[in-house]
Amino acid sequence: MSTKDRGTKGDILLDMKDIVIDGFSDERWHEIIKGVDLTLKRGEVLGLIGESGAGKSTLGLAAMGFARPGCRLTSGEIVFDGMELRAMPEKQKQKLWGTRIAYVAQSAAAAFNPAHKLIDQTIESSIRNGAVSEKEAQADAIELYRAMQLPDPENIGFRFPHQVSGGQLQRAMTAMAMASRPDLIIFDEPTTALDVTTQVNVLAAMRDAVERFNTAAIYITHDLAVVAQMADRIKVLRYGVEMEEAETRKMLKTPENAYTKSLWSVRSIHKKPETSDDNILQIQGVDAAYGKGENVLHDVNISVPRGKTVAIVGESGSGKSTTARVVTGLLPPNKGKVLFNGEVLPAQLKDRSKDQLRRIQMIYQMADTAMNPRQTIGEIIGRPLEFYTGLKGRAQEAKVIELLQMIELDDSFLDRLPNELSGGQKQRVCIARALAANPEVIICDEVTSALDQIVQEGILQLLLKLQKDLDVSYIFITHDIATVQAISDEIVVMLEGEVVEQGLKTQIMEPPYPDYTKLLLSSVPEMDPDWLTNLLKERGEA
Amino acid sequence: MSDPETYSAAGEVGQVRLRRTRMQRIWIDLKNAPPTALFGMTVIVIYAFTGIFAPWLAPHGQAEIFSQPYAPWGGEFLLGTDQIGRDIFSRLIYGARNTIGIALATTLISFVIGGGFGLMAAITQNWIDQVLSRFVDVLMAIPSLIFALMLLSIFGSNAWSLIFIIAVLDSTRVFRLTRAVSLNVVVMDYVEAAKLRGEKLGWIMRREILPNILPPLVAEFGLRFSFVFLSIAALSFLGVGIQPPTADWGSMVRENASLIQFAKYDLKGAMTPLVPAAAIALLTIAVNFVVDWFLHKTSGLKDEH
Repeated sequence: MSTKDRGTKGDILLDMKDIVIDGFSDERWHEIIKGVDLTLKRGEVLGLIGESGAGKSTLGLAAMGFARPGCRLTSGEIVFDGMELRAMPEKQKQKLWGTRIAYVAQSAAAAFNPAHKLIDQTIESSIRNGAVSEKEAQADAIELYRAMQLPDPENIGFRFPHQVSGGQLQRAMTAMAMASRPDLIIFDEPTTALDVTTQVNVLAAMRDAVERFNTAAIYITHDLAVVAQMADRIKVLRYGVEMEEAETRKMLKTPENAYTKSLWSVRSIHKKPETSDDNILQIQGVDAAYGKGENVLHDVNISVPRGKTVAIVGESGSGKSTTARVVTGLLPPNKGKVLFNGEVLPAQLKDRSKDQLRRIQMIYQMADTAMNPRQTIGEIIGRPLEFYTGLKGRAQEAKVIELLQMIELDDSFLDRLPNELSGGQKQRVCIARALAANPEVIICDEVTSALDQIVQEGILQLLLKLQKDLDVSYIFITHDIATVQAISDEIVVMLEGEVVEQGLKTQIMEPPYPDYTKLLLSSVPEMDPDWLTNLLKERGEA
Repeated sequence: MSDPETYSAAGEVGQVRLRRTRMQRIWIDLKNAPPTALFGMTVIVIYAFTGIFAPWLAPHGQAEIFSQPYAPWGGEFLLGTDQIGRDIFSRLIYGARNTIGIALATTLISFVIGGGFGLMAAITQNWIDQVLSRFVDVLMAIPSLIFALMLLSIFGSNAWSLIFIIAVLDSTRVFRLTRAVSLNVVVMDYVEAAKLRGEKLGWIMRREILPNILPPLVAEFGLRFSFVFLSIAALSFLGVGIQPPTADWGSMVRENASLIQFAKYDLKGAMTPLVPAAAIALLTIAVNFVVDWFLHKTSGLKDEH
């Protein structure tokens, strides 16, 4: 099937002109995409970037001639290989999808059917077209698994989706998209949900496969450093309008648009690390396990200086969040203790006093699920005030407004519900809720990882400012090294439930590193378009 | 929109939504309601009105006996009289009050019992959950009509024991539903946040979880109401439900059931037992129409656009 005529590299494959897409909300249609052009040549990779709500995914799906429920393609032309997709009947479009145009979604775990083996799902569309026999298709799938650098390519396909890791699943999904050798693949944030260390492998495999099969691709992401590795050209979108489009190297070197420039400057916060011997919180020799299972934390020792930030880094499953649960009292440790201001904290949540609870507050990764959708912002922030200090009525409202001002919002938010706020605003409200208790330590569990970069920067700036004003300590759990650079004083590196290193940021970020720290640090994408190539070469040599 | 270089958090766009008062929102919902739902609501309002104002609306008392049993339709007695000479039309009107009143009380009690324990089981998830759930399993293993008959013969069949027995038996299903939907909410971070704040169980139940599971519970309320209605009618038909001379639709069907045999002599008279049966059927259908609409509105399925 690889003998199929693929056309010559450089021909125009997809030509979208003056696309307008409407979305339905609040009982009327709003324009989501406001007249965007997009051309893609064969074998070319176009990066589509912008913050959430910019219309990246909507535009990406429109390239398939598809509008998701609640959206409609209002006007414009979508010409794919000489065929006009907007006018094409649904039946014919469905024939194109999965064979000539494929789509790779952000969450591979949600896109696979858990009841079928990977290989059956990989070859499903090729077999349904009747082009090849099952045997041939399977052989081809194994070939693709090898191309995607999956371990044990002969057998991995016979596993079920839950039997492979997230990164492997994402690669299997790319293999599935490749199975019919499409002319165009649309990648919609394929690595956003992965750890940096896993992301490197997935990116390398994707780039390799796209090059090898001369496939054109649209790569949608909000991470500039990632898109710099993948794309030949980059298009920046904002509020459904194109801001700028240029060759990757040119775009990185000399961005012209003001908005594009601001995207570039995001990774520029750097905090000068300071330390202090006055530890407000000490975790000493903690072993912990869920239920009667094996220990997931082994002899963890961490100390948090007053008014400083300790970042705990590591990939998922390394015990970062479990450590936080021990500190909050949700998970009593099997061994060891937690000291607060030199005093031992009761291990169980229910044995702690109201005042002990007040001093340690928590901010969650998903602000959506951290706020009760049926309570107004005023109620959410007001409750800790009432609960801890007995503040009610007018006095409470005044204090809530004061807190809203601290997080750079105003009193118009008082009677709004969480789902009327943007992601960044929600996270700010969560910060205000934590501040309402007037805490001494705030545990931030991946608080910025669900947010766009420009919003992330705002949140980090806010956290830094609050620390300066209120002298509060942060335990900052993250897997994003750029965030760590921005905010931390000290860093704790965790791997498989153990602390690999703890020290001042400058110390940890400089060689010599233990092996794991090195792997973690070198996996963080950089803005250099040659970064991935160089990294792979380096690792190949080592 | 704000300039990118002067970033402001307040200016960031969230979901744009018009703010409306609760009354406005209800009015818009009503205006957009499908005809089936409007029909259902109209029927329910009429029934409620009839039930509340029964003594003023009914031409005669519910236990008032006249000299002529089995009087034909028309004349002084709109729907004739029953086997001992009571006005059927008046009894029908009083039946709305008695039957619906008892069904409503039963459903409310079953929701308080089932909902309360269901929430408690979902939040604690320890031995309390085990004990409650297994107890409910035992209750559900016994066919409820037979169980109700047995309990009614033990405790005697007056209105209060009827209400409590059916409420307890029905609360098992409410318990299961409440527990199941609460389990999805209990794992949310905001519930954990409330626990970390040190909130008591009651507050978490009432303020954090209950508002979020209300839609399925309200829908279930409508359905359970219909079922309670039917089981009271069934028990009354069997003679252990609402006791004479209190008028209720189930026993009215039973008392006049034999009239149906005389259809070839007096068609209208033969329809007498069907009228209370139709009243039950109509209310059940109406309630279900409203529940369907409510379920559709709150299930988040918006693809009709």
